[in-house]
Amino acid sequence: MLSTNRESPPPAAGRAAMKKELPDQFKDHRHVWVFIELERDQVHPVSFELLGEGRKLADKLGVQLAGVVLGPPGEATWFAIAEAFAYGADLAYLVEAPLLADYRNEPFTKALTDLVTNYKPEILLLGATTLGRDLAGSVATTLLTGLTADCTELDVDADGSLAATRPTFGGSLLCTIYTLNCRPQMATVRPRVMAMPPRGNNKIGRVIQHKVSMIEEEIVTKVLGFLSDGQSATANLAYADVVVAGGLGLGAVENVKLMKKLARTIGADYGCSRPLVQKGWMPADRQIGQTGKTIRPKLYIAAGISGAIQHRVGVEGADLILAINTDPNAPIFDFAHLGVVTDAIRLLPSLTELFTHRLSPHSRDKLAN
Amino acid sequence: MHIVICIKQVPDSAQIRVHPVTNTIMRQGVPTIINPYDLFALEEALQLRDRHGGEVTVLTMGPPMAEDALRKALTYGADRAVLLTDRHFAGSDTLATSFALSRAIAKIGEAFGTPDIVFTGKQTIDGDTAQVGPGIAKRLDLLQLTYVAKIVSVDINGREITVERRSEGGTQTLMSKLPCLITMLEGTNEIRRGSLDDALRAARSQIVKWNAADAGIEDLTKCGLRGSPTVVKRVFAPPERAEKAEQIDTAEKTPRDLAEELIAGIFLRQPALESELAFDGE
Ligand SMILES: Cc1cc2nc3c(=O)[nH]c(=O)nc-3n(C[C@H](O)[C@H](O)[C@H](O)COP(=O)(O)OP(=O)(O)OC[C@H]3O[C@@H](n4cnc5c(N)ncnc54)[C@H](O)[C@@H]3O)c2cc1C
Repeated sequence: MLSTNRESPPPAAGRAAMKKELPDQFKDHRHVWVFIELERDQVHPVSFELLGEGRKLADKLGVQLAGVVLGPPGEATWFAIAEAFAYGADLAYLVEAPLLADYRNEPFTKALTDLVTNYKPEILLLGATTLGRDLAGSVATTLLTGLTADCTELDVDADGSLAATRPTFGGSLLCTIYTLNCRPQMATVRPRVMAMPPRGNNKIGRVIQHKVSMIEEEIVTKVLGFLSDGQSATANLAYADVVVAGGLGLGAVENVKLMKKLARTIGADYGCSRPLVQKGWMPADRQIGQTGKTIRPKLYIAAGISGAIQHRVGVEGADLILAINTDPNAPIFDFAHLGVVTDAIRLLPSLTELFTHRLSPHSRDKLAN
Repeated sequence: MHIVICIKQVPDSAQIRVHPVTNTIMRQGVPTIINPYDLFALEEALQLRDRHGGEVTVLTMGPPMAEDALRKALTYGADRAVLLTDRHFAGSDTLATSFALSRAIAKIGEAFGTPDIVFTGKQTIDGDTAQVGPGIAKRLDLLQLTYVAKIVSVDINGREITVERRSEGGTQTLMSKLPCLITMLEGTNEIRRGSLDDALRAARSQIVKWNAADAGIEDLTKCGLRGSPTVVKRVFAPPERAEKAEQIDTAEKTPRDLAEELIAGIFLRQPALESELAFDGE
């Protein structure tokens, strides 16, 4: 189906004037693809977030949305495909092979590049995860096409080009980037930057299977082992509903406990600003912000965090931001919803105590005894 | 063993200011630093050299002033520095950058010995893409090991390398072959203070300066703006939030009073949260 958008007049002058007629070899590139990240039998939720965005782009272009699943033969890949349909994909491309069991750059690059060359998408989106970035860079270079990292907004312009907006200079500015004269137009998006779309009931769609033209013997890199971070750990921070975080305003490593205690009390996950990682008060995967995790909780409590732009970009998606800071002019009050100018070290224990009372009649009884 | 490490001179982005009217970066007076992630990679390269012998060559692409970053790397103990500078490289995106750097690395191989390992930092703090490393690997047909937290072992004679690599939710141990390209994660080691000898040597060292032709690049259409499939169409400041945070009045209130008001404020705005927050015992 041809999009009506394509018949719109070309945009006026400016940088877009650099856009020339698309070379013939790319003219039959169609459809929006989302790479469905499957690692250790788990679909990364960022893939669903991307399907939500991909759906909007595909609708604007009047084309189909496809999920791309690469993995070992077995239930996990088919489950991933069913999920892709439930989150809005019209069709799915599947490459199943034992050599796609654990992520390795060589076979994944080969499989995805082959798929693109064969089936010609015009847009290809991947999560900006360790896997997605590793793969996207190789695939884009192999195909000699444009790749825009860490987009915060995706759109198609009047003539059907992908307009990919991303932060630059550590988040101080945003820029919108186009891929000229090459296809596919590739972009990565960090987890939690896009909202999770609603899950539908559609479980059926067309599945196109493709074989990877590679054998295990050709792959140099071998996986010797995998050590999981475990259930308790940090992997969940990006997806937590409630997050409590501390910054340098906590003053000393002992006070980090006050913040963790509040988190535990209200069943929240916890994180921190960058200096706490640099001081060794917290592990790197607890860091929230531009060079840490992006979070999207329902409630974010920031204690002793100034709210520098690099921190702000990681928390802006929160529904309710609550800031505790001694400095009434701290930048965090520019984007928080509720603020209190006070000493976090004194307030945190009271908060913990009062939350305990309010939330748990059981514990109130315990305290009374 | 010969190790090549790519570094980048970046503005210290913590100190960058944006012009309020024109929305352009005000670079004047902003100090430059070596991209912090590259320093972890540099230290790793130096440790490998110290253990296994050989040489470390640092490479950067940038304007002539990027020479400062290379001198700094020499004071830390790198053996040789190459500056790839040419106005034809201006405006390069990650694809064009990986092209130019890969050509220079190939040339370094011809001139000073084929590298066994090429290092980069996991990403830069100004571009933040993490794409140039994988791009270089692909162009040079090197095996790529990204987000490496630790180099477990290198067997020079057997041409084998074992690394620990961060992935989502865990750490992979990978065995691969040399030559390879490694992008190094943060926080794994701390850059050394170079010795006095290193400082003296750095001051005396000639930095190798190459333009496109010197690096063996004939096809200039693969460089700079022309070699970049992506173009920046618009730069703008993030939208301001209309209203500031609603402030809780703190006058003559105890922490308890404030806590009470805060909690009330939370549940007023998000009533559903009350039933969702869980009390977790101890
Ligand atoms: C390239 C780059 C990437 C970066 N990435 C990140 C990132 O991902 N995440 C991140 O967080 N930062 C990042 N930063 C760092 C960022 O610029 C800030 O330096 C950092 O966020 C500041 O942390 P902070 O607010 O904890 O500390 P500070 O800026 O020192 O602020 C401490 C705050 O605590 C307040 N305070 C002091 N005492 C108390 C008290 N007793 N009670 C309550 N408040 C108190 C102070 O008023 C102040 O506002 C990055 C920087 C660069 C250059």
